Amino acid sequence: MEVVVFIACAVICVTGAIGVVVANNPVHSALMLVATLFGVAVLFLTMDAQFLAAVQIIVYAGAIVVLFLFVIMLFGVYRSENLRVEPIAGQRPLSIAVAVSTLALAVIIVAVATGGSPTGQQAATEPLVDSVTVHSTSATEALTDNQPIGEEIFPNVEQLGRVIFTDYVWAFEITAVLLTIAVVGAIALARRQRGEEESAAPVSPAAAPAPAAAASAASAPIGSAAASATHTEEA
Amino acid sequence: MTSALALVSATAPAPAAVFAVDPLFLGGVGLEEVIIVAIKVVAAFTLLLLSVVFMIWFERKLISDMQNRIGPNVAGPFGVLQTLADGLKLFFKEDLLPAQSRRLVFKLAPYLSLVPAFITFAVVPVGGNFHDKQGVVSWWGNPTHLQVADPPVGVLLILAMSSVAVYGIMLAGWSSGSKYPLLGSVRASAQVVSYEAALGLSFLSVILVAGSLSTHEIVSTQTTYNWNLWVTGFVPFVIFMISATAELNRPPFDLVEAEQELVGGFHTEYSSLRFSLFYLAEFMNVVTMSAIIVTLFLGGPNGPILTDTADWVWGVLWFLVKLFVLLFTFVWFRATLPRMRYDQLMDLGWKVLIPFSLGWLLVLAAVDLGDDRDWNPAAVVAVSVGVFVVAMGLLQMAIRAGRQAPDIDDMAGPDGLAGPDGFVGTDGLAGADSLAETHMELEGRN
Amino acid sequence: MEVTTAWYLILGGVLFSIGSFGLLVRRNPLVMFMCVELMLNAVNLTFVAFGRDLGDIGGQAAVFFVLVVAATEVVIGLAIVVAVMRRQPDATADDISMLSG
Repeated sequence: MEVVVFIACAVICVTGAIGVVVANNPVHSALMLVATLFGVAVLFLTMDAQFLAAVQIIVYAGAIVVLFLFVIMLFGVYRSENLRVEPIAGQRPLSIAVAVSTLALAVIIVAVATGGSPTGQQAATEPLVDSVTVHSTSATEALTDNQPIGEEIFPNVEQLGRVIFTDYVWAFEITAVLLTIAVVGAIALARRQRGEEESAAPVSPAAAPAPAAAASAASAPIGSAAASATHTEEA
Repeated sequence: MTSALALVSATAPAPAAVFAVDPLFLGGVGLEEVIIVAIKVVAAFTLLLLSVVFMIWFERKLISDMQNRIGPNVAGPFGVLQTLADGLKLFFKEDLLPAQSRRLVFKLAPYLSLVPAFITFAVVPVGGNFHDKQGVVSWWGNPTHLQVADPPVGVLLILAMSSVAVYGIMLAGWSSGSKYPLLGSVRASAQVVSYEAALGLSFLSVILVAGSLSTHEIVSTQTTYNWNLWVTGFVPFVIFMISATAELNRPPFDLVEAEQELVGGFHTEYSSLRFSLFYLAEFMNVVTMSAIIVTLFLGGPNGPILTDTADWVWGVLWFLVKLFVLLFTFVWFRATLPRMRYDQLMDLGWKVLIPFSLGWLLVLAAVDLGDDRDWNPAAVVAVSVGVFVVAMGLLQMAIRAGRQAPDIDDMAGPDGLAGPDGFVGTDGLAGADSLAETHMELEGRN
Repeated sequence: MEVTTAWYLILGGVLFSIGSFGLLVRRNPLVMFMCVELMLNAVNLTFVAFGRDLGDIGGQAAVFFVLVVAATEVVIGLAIVVAVMRRQPDATADDISMLSG
């Protein structure tokens, strides 16, 4: 059953990815990107990352690609570039070579690192595991493979919430600042000052809502997940 | 985790647990689970369609009652078959594909509006006895819940589907290849996206109080009449109702599909079956959103259980009663409230609802923390409300300062389109039906 | 046949290479952005796969931050693209230098 789900999602992801690259019309590229994002979200679900699957749809497919579509619609960017013309000689074959060699590198690394037994912790990764699991003990204990089903399994959201607000709280606060900077910067870049020539269509009403919505949608659920985690722990 | 899942199927636990822990049935699935899921899906589908048919008739009848007229009374007794008659009429109309439209996306857009409503209804608990049995019913020996799916992140699924519904609106307008739909769709998507933030923040107040993202858990914490309506304070409920009305493009926030303004908005160029899909999608979203409000704030299927046999029926009954109350409220809004202008709408969403819901969430979080740590509740409430008021005052000062230094965006556009989206066209952008060119044509210079 | 971590990693590699090919070949700045998003998604997939394999929730936390930073990057990038497109609606990636000095 898991194999069927994986194959189906992999087909959707790869078809979407090829569609993004090959489509003439940017709107079709965006829709193919949405297909890929949905495929990746279902793959997250198969790996027990339910919160990330939902947030992927809310933030990526529901806000970022919507932002892309707004810009495409407002500027009428369908002058489809002529994909047959190469501005730099030899660019196409070189790009194919780069892509194929990247893929080959990834496959070789995977083969060497797993070396016959695909799951399990190999020597190359053991120090990494030890140093990380020392910090987040209670959250990670629930994820190990020998957790009997009868005991309490922490919900995925709670685990994530705990670790973000304790181990990675610095990163969390800095990304919050980053989001604020992004919203302020986008509005500053997109507005027109008094006296500037009226030569453009403003994007601010459309552009500003989407990232702010994305920002609040991404950061807010984690906030309450951690809050509810602390509450249930001390209740 | 695969070995853990193998343990799940080996010890054959209740399918209810499997539904929650293993949403993709990766641990193996038997014929019984498949049949149960199939029955539930068919039942939810039927329930949703019937309630949409009822809602369309009910709205017309109720509005006509409030306006002192009779309303539909020709098709069937009291006009109950009017929806069927309308549907048949739409079915037989000519199916237009405008020559300027983009075929594939034009055909795809109605489904992108329709499918999220169905999926959202899948996580709504429709019945069950939550007093004694935690909403678990037993079908042929398999314990299960009276909802199609209960993922541990159910509430996020609702948010995700409302994000996907934006695509239907946007792509419908763009793919029609014509002016009014494009304008309408951009405005509608901006409206929906803006109110999604306020919606999400009021969701968070409920999640904070309930302690879980699963809809089943949220309903379980509302037994014995501690509905989230008053446990969260009334503010999140009010904000949720307003945001939901804006999300659904219902009056008083229906500028984008108002006939006097934009002909039909984003669905102007649709006819026949495709239009009926949009029509259906709009009412289905109303029913689904009302079901979600019932689940989150009004206790879902909780209510007094008066008999012992078939006690889950009482749950379904109470759910339908509460759903009916909310549908009545939405129709009431339509019948009585005047339409809001677009810039007033955006102001309300960004400058009022989002700060209020965020501030209230912080107040609730402070009270919750104070409860855990045994602080003096009165002091906690006083301090947090004080901070809330100070923050709102600062926000108002900032808004006032911003209004005094207007830039071009704040002035009305030359064609009288008031508000920050008074677009001014570019020159020399030929051929493409972009918004800039649309505006130029509306101004008469082209 | 069981789906192992290696499968997810290979899928991530394939998505990444398709994205990098698109980034190198396409000239429309919006489509180039979408290829960058593809690559980021491939990386997210890899993070979650390893997180599950090694039993560490840090993988999912990393994806969370990558998601947020990707959103930020798209916002600023699109604002820049909009600023360039105001001057020249046909802009390709070569014209970003128009913004300098």
